[in-house]
Amino acid sequence: MPELIAKSALAGHAPVTRLQTTLAEGSAAPITSVAPYPGRMDRVNAALAPLGLAFPAPNGQTRQGAARLIWTGRDQAFLIGAPAPDGLADHAALTDQTDGWAILTLTGPVAEATLMRPVPLDLRLGAFPPLRTVRAPLNHMQAILTRTAPDAFEIMVFRSMARTAWGELTEALEVLAARAQTA
Amino acid sequence: MRLTCPLCGERDRREFYYYGSEDYLNRPAPDAAPQAWDDYLHNRDNPAGVTRDLWYHDMGCSSWLVVTRNTVTHDILAVEAVADRKGGAA
Repeated sequence: MPELIAKSALAGHAPVTRLQTTLAEGSAAPITSVAPYPGRMDRVNAALAPLGLAFPAPNGQTRQGAARLIWTGRDQAFLIGAPAPDGLADHAALTDQTDGWAILTLTGPVAEATLMRPVPLDLRLGAFPPLRTVRAPLNHMQAILTRTAPDAFEIMVFRSMARTAWGELTEALEVLAARAQTA
Repeated sequence: MRLTCPLCGERDRREFYYYGSEDYLNRPAPDAAPQAWDDYLHNRDNPAGVTRDLWYHDMGCSSWLVVTRNTVTHDILAVEAVADRKGGAA
């Protein structure tokens, strides 16, 4: 077996900065999907306790150090930054998603305005506070969107759509930059 | 048109996929009379007024939903998760 070179989904894409706002590739590994079996939530939480995590409420996440558990759908969350703890597989369906997702970060003063072009949600700080995680469309893509800080977002899309997401977010940034110039 | 998903909150119609009548939740027993299967598969009411149908939140949380709506006024009267109903997945 020859030694293979692992590449991230957006390898070769240099960060794009417009209006002091930067689109860049993020990183998160490993990613494990955790889907508790019916009626096992207590045991799932017991298995997660050594990590300092609990199964998140809808549209939220729990985090402890580098490990976090982000809500990604009905009875499903992604465990990021830590391997699945012992015993979790007995009470939840686990699947490795590490290479299945492309991660983009958008940071800066117009990050919110940029994302509100392709995402049909109210992302203003009052309605969408830090550490809120939602499933939302990024144009036609089924994205996972998290506000990581007041001026920063993390966007996860299927890896196959990495370059589309990059292109569409770059375009949204360019449009805002062009409008700022003519204003 | 906006639907209020029980998990995601109020969302735009483009996030949802329409499946069909709520009748699809009431599958007859395997040995039911042919008339029951005919009704289940083919016969639908077409009300001018309140109707209930199935929607899937495919751009969101992947929940199946029962939406009660009025075809005359376009009011959305209720949105419930199929999983929360008796006999639904826990």
